[in-house]
Amino acid sequence: MKTKRFIVNCACHVLLAILSIIWVLPIFYVILTSFREEGGSYKSYIWPRGFTLKNYTDLMSGGSDINFPRWFLNTLVIAIFSTVISAFFVLCVSYVMSRLRFKMRKTYLNIALILGMFPGFMSMIAVYYILKGLGFLETGLLKQIALVIVYSAGSGLGFYMAKGFFDTIPKSIDEAAYIDGATKWDTFIHVTIPMSKPIITYTLITSFMGPWVDYIFAKVIMGNDTKYYTIAIGLWTMLEKEYVEYYYTQFYAGCVLISIPISILFLLTQKCYVEGVTGAVKG
Amino acid sequence: MGIFKKKQEATYTKPSDASVAQAFKHGDQTTKLSFFIFGLGNLMNKQIVRGVVFLLLEIGYLAYMIGFGIHSIGDLITLGTVEQGQTYNEALGIYEYSLGDNSMLCLLYGVITLFLTAAFIFVACMSGKSAYATQFRKERKMPVPTFKDDLRSLKEENLHSLLLALPIIGIIVFTIVPLVFMILIAFTSYDHEHQPPGNLFEWVGLQNFVAMFANGSKLASTFWPVLSWTLIWAVFATFSCYILGLMLALLINRKGTRIKGFWRFMFVLSVAVPQFVTLLSMRTIFNANGPVNVLLRTLGAIGETESIPFFTNPLYAKITIICINIWIGVPFTMLSTTGILQNIPAELYEAARIDGASAPTIFRKITLPYMVFVMTPNLITSFTGNINNFNVIYLLSGGGPDTVDYYYAGKTDLLVTWLYRLTITQKDYNLGAVIGILVFIILAAVSLLTYRHTGSYKDEGAFQ
Repeated sequence: MKTKRFIVNCACHVLLAILSIIWVLPIFYVILTSFREEGGSYKSYIWPRGFTLKNYTDLMSGGSDINFPRWFLNTLVIAIFSTVISAFFVLCVSYVMSRLRFKMRKTYLNIALILGMFPGFMSMIAVYYILKGLGFLETGLLKQIALVIVYSAGSGLGFYMAKGFFDTIPKSIDEAAYIDGATKWDTFIHVTIPMSKPIITYTLITSFMGPWVDYIFAKVIMGNDTKYYTIAIGLWTMLEKEYVEYYYTQFYAGCVLISIPISILFLLTQKCYVEGVTGAVKG
Repeated sequence: MGIFKKKQEATYTKPSDASVAQAFKHGDQTTKLSFFIFGLGNLMNKQIVRGVVFLLLEIGYLAYMIGFGIHSIGDLITLGTVEQGQTYNEALGIYEYSLGDNSMLCLLYGVITLFLTAAFIFVACMSGKSAYATQFRKERKMPVPTFKDDLRSLKEENLHSLLLALPIIGIIVFTIVPLVFMILIAFTSYDHEHQPPGNLFEWVGLQNFVAMFANGSKLASTFWPVLSWTLIWAVFATFSCYILGLMLALLINRKGTRIKGFWRFMFVLSVAVPQFVTLLSMRTIFNANGPVNVLLRTLGAIGETESIPFFTNPLYAKITIICINIWIGVPFTMLSTTGILQNIPAELYEAARIDGASAPTIFRKITLPYMVFVMTPNLITSFTGNINNFNVIYLLSGGGPDTVDYYYAGKTDLLVTWLYRLTITQKDYNLGAVIGILVFIILAAVSLLTYRHTGSYKDEGAFQ
């Protein structure tokens, strides 16, 4: 019995090791290439001939066209604002849908489901003209506000995960709060929210990712205003034909640099994610 | 039972739940007038703030309609009549353009006006109902709620209005209005030959849909293959990530596994990297001269100058994309399932263990039903998300390899990436809108059917 368990355990660990190598290898390659000394794009070998930090220093010094530090800051600001707004929206909507019962509830659930089925950027062109009509495309700063609005406005539709989580919190906890004289609002703010760290984390992560990944909306709204580009369109620009030969290694350096803050955030929230769930939500 | 219950409700109706028809039938003169002069009933009964807000909304709407709205409704019907003119100015020796109607803006403003009108009617009903509620309370000598009471109710029985107000406004302005606009475009001739402001476009009815399905047309012979690949992709992408991710989560969370945090870290690392970066680097990694081909050459698996056509052979491209998607998606699923796995009430496991259940039984009877209960809505959204998965396809293969058999589509194009090409590259907005509607119909059929049959929709409280 004991030996059998030992073998199974070993097999599991070996499997995990192989899998994690598969998952880490591409990341390792990106890091490796970001330190490559030789310029140019594709090479007939994998291991770089020489290592240098020049890719990073060049990238961070910024230029007129390729201004990486500026893009980084742009994206960070946009991501922070839209994360706060969309996390707030998502939590509000999912709490309402999970806990409160009112007339239009089923209607809202069905409409949300239906809207989620349309391709997101089918509406992009109309959104562009609405923003233009509202005067949001006049200056770079307004364009950035427009991006924040675009990223967070529709977030009230992405409540399924959080609603599923709230559904698993025992109702008796709410009822106990009502008996103690709390209003529904108090219960939401002081009882449910503190117990929902894991799902708040999840919501924050997913909404924070949005602006870093999206490039279509950013591209459509920013146009050729390179100064106000977000990281995604910026990096995309670096792979374009006129830049790729010179910026290939710097592109990888950029990839590494933007992954660092997100990874740090992720590791912080990861802790919260794992600890939060087990302790908090018990009936 | 159902009928009986309804009757009972009718006799004991709370005033705030009165329907519009009831308010109109039982309302007195003031209440009825409140449907036309907003807030009248409230103003007469000293609910000043509420009444003034209603009244201001009405005045605002009427001012808008007189200044702009009525004209834009007319434009919506015609989509503009004055074509942009071109006259030769002899004095300056250049062509001068006279300003014509912009069909696109006509359509957009028309849609916005329609929405404002709908909102106006909604406010009218609210005003009538509110007046009736006040009348109802006065007749029964109940205290009329003051503005303060209204505010207080937002924290209690009307909490849903408080919490939903902003999200819903956001959704209407930036999702629903644009969607309606694009849906209407499917019924116009807004293609690359009718580009405003230079040209007008017009309503053409179902013509675009007919073109899409006409036997033997190039559009139809593009649509069906693209559709079938979209469905194959969505099924593979969703279930491969879900099943493998769940297995990975179980593997890490099982009792015997040591250094759980480390393993989780290894996989989370790839989630931490922005997806955009992953996709672009994967594209270079699987390039004809990229490291994977270089590695295979050094290992001697393929010839010195050969390369495996990861993105240029249709079949290979499809397989490559699905594999890369697994690489991206599995850690995500692992993360979300880990949270849920740990959220399963420990009592359930303890009870099962006391009853002598074996590990597989516990998994089958507790873990799996619980996971399915919580994850099904998520699974459906991820399925629909995959049908609409623009990023993975566009950034990896760009829809390629291209083929001349298709109307501006490549072999790995999904319906959405085709939509993108049709609108952004080809400027056939009407065809793009048709594809969007078709995507919607497919998804609606698939997911409304499945979603309605899931446990978490039918019985939300099962685990509460």
